[in-house]
Amino acid sequence: MDILQTIKLAFRGIIDNKMRSFLTMLGIIIGVTSVIALVSIGQGTTAKVTEQIQSMGSNLLTVNIMGRGATTTLSYDQAMEFMNSSYISGVAPVISDSVTVEHGNVNEEDITLQGVNEYLLSVRNYSVDNGRFFTAQEIQSRKRVAVLGSEIASKLFGFVDPVGQTVKIKGYNFEVIGVMKSSSSMMGSTDEQVFIPITLAERILQSRGVRMIYIQASDKDAVSSAKTEISAKLDKIFRVKSEDDNFSYRIFDQSEMLETINETSKTLTMMLGGIAAISLIVGGIGIMNIMLVSVTERTREIGIRKALGARKIDILNQFLIESLVLSGIGGIIGVIFGYVTSWGLGKFMSMSTKTTLPVVIIAFSFSIFVGVFFGIYPANKAGNLKPIDALRYE
Amino acid sequence: MVINLENVYKIYEMGDAEVHALDDVTLKIEEGEFVAIVGPSGSGKSTLMNILGCLDTPTSGKYEFEGRDVSRLNDNELAAIRNRRIGFVFQNFNLLPKLTALENVELPLMYAGKSTSFRRNRAKEVLEAVGLGQRLHHKPKELSGGQQQRVAIARALSADPSIILGDEPTGNLDTKSGREIMEILKALNKNGKTIILITHDLNIAKQAQRNVHIQDGRIVKDEKVVG
Ligand SMILES: Nc1ncnc2c1ncn2[C@@H]1O[C@H](COP(=O)(O)OP(=O)(O)O)[C@@H](O)[C@H]1O
Ligand SMILES: [Mg+2]
Repeated sequence: MDILQTIKLAFRGIIDNKMRSFLTMLGIIIGVTSVIALVSIGQGTTAKVTEQIQSMGSNLLTVNIMGRGATTTLSYDQAMEFMNSSYISGVAPVISDSVTVEHGNVNEEDITLQGVNEYLLSVRNYSVDNGRFFTAQEIQSRKRVAVLGSEIASKLFGFVDPVGQTVKIKGYNFEVIGVMKSSSSMMGSTDEQVFIPITLAERILQSRGVRMIYIQASDKDAVSSAKTEISAKLDKIFRVKSEDDNFSYRIFDQSEMLETINETSKTLTMMLGGIAAISLIVGGIGIMNIMLVSVTERTREIGIRKALGARKIDILNQFLIESLVLSGIGGIIGVIFGYVTSWGLGKFMSMSTKTTLPVVIIAFSFSIFVGVFFGIYPANKAGNLKPIDALRYE
Repeated sequence: MVINLENVYKIYEMGDAEVHALDDVTLKIEEGEFVAIVGPSGSGKSTLMNILGCLDTPTSGKYEFEGRDVSRLNDNELAAIRNRRIGFVFQNFNLLPKLTALENVELPLMYAGKSTSFRRNRAKEVLEAVGLGQRLHHKPKELSGGQQQRVAIARALSADPSIILGDEPTGNLDTKSGREIMEILKALNKNGKTIILITHDLNIAKQAQRNVHIQDGRIVKDEKVVG
């Protein structure tokens, strides 16, 4: 029989019973909307966290040295030996302490002084806003130059360009050669920090050796090999015999962290979607309920159609198409609401949402599936009515 | 032979009691006949008509429709017979209220799998034949009883069946409309359709060629109408 005609009739039935149809579809609309909105929130949050972790520097390994016995640190030269590894593209040891920074009669207390080398910028994915960063030459020659965090720069200099000016730290004068671009990540901000060559920091702070090294693997696939090489070397230095025995150093792997977070947020997103999907199933039960009422109400119509030659399959199709049209329209409205809700949450509640096509397709398909699944029983009931019983029904 | 009923029973169980709605009915109807089945209310006329129309099945006995044993046919084959071989006209019209006259008449053609354009043309043709060419797009409730029954006849005719079954088709109509319906049925019979008409009205029955009298589920008299 004529599918198009049946679809047309189903639409007409829906329009004839606007309120009932809307209430029937409401379950599906809410279901699809919440699946899309919640999964969008989950995906948006994942994307944001991932981006933040990646902004700390790509393929980053962070090495913390606790040491063993009298040797509690690595020397700067020992740390820089990691550069010999072919898996490693940057080594940025850091010595830090809290100091007072002065310029003229302004002084700022409790500023974190970071003794760093020329690799820091690329390893940590930082950039300089004004002026430039240290050269290898300046590190080697312990030149008295400094790069300021953006916040400290404006506190000390106001609207004056700090580049070329002088700051005083622990009684030494430093020429300011650059100002960092404001940055903040999960590992803190550079805005309130002052950077000087690490070689100089060792002297000024009277701190021998480094406890913290940022290392950049040459690419994503090199991360684990780099880690193995670093471990092997540190094991030798600190005479670590086994993994369990290692209290001397820790290596944090950014990609491992990313994986863990991604895994967790994926599970969370699935759970959110799953909970929302339950409301779709409830919507399906609503459709089944209404279709059953409709079959009863239209028993006589079914009888007439059968008397005129409708087969079981014709009647079954008619009711199945009706529940499909109901759930399909509900699904489409839900998709629109889902997009709008996700967009609205991002725009007005400043949540990170990310609506992807696969999620929309899955949510819509699921609403169609729900329509078929919960439509089958009423449709089958209608198709199985005996013509004479249906005709006699009052 | 279009219809061949042999020793047909239809028994309804009502608690402990049994109702013999049809009690050993044997009836043969040839092609082209105009038969009225007459009897008082509750005599089993509708039961008989439902069995003849393949809407219901006998409790026992044999029913051959156009030479085929109906008890051996499956649901789809029975639907095909109702669709293409039989046209029904009911006392209460049984039109679908949400469809227009044209759409109602198209229904059997739709279930016969005819194309939209064929359905349109054929439905128009039969509606014009029953004098409703000006009412194609009216809904049933916008039509008078007589007009509704004419739509129903058009619908019964649309798939060009060989036999028309009418269960008190004039029962709900005023005399004038009833007469018009009878004229249409007589004209159809002249054109070769077999007509089986159920009625409790002897004046209606007189207009057929043959009267089968039924009482308490039994055929009590089967006679040619003279005149
Ligand atoms: N579905 C049914 N269940 C029980 N009894 C029925 C049923 N249908 C008809 N009958 C009984 O069968 C008898 C014949 O009914 P019916 O064929 O409708 O008579 P008519 O059409 O001549 O008025 C009546 O006694 C009626 O009560
Ligand atoms: Mg009756």
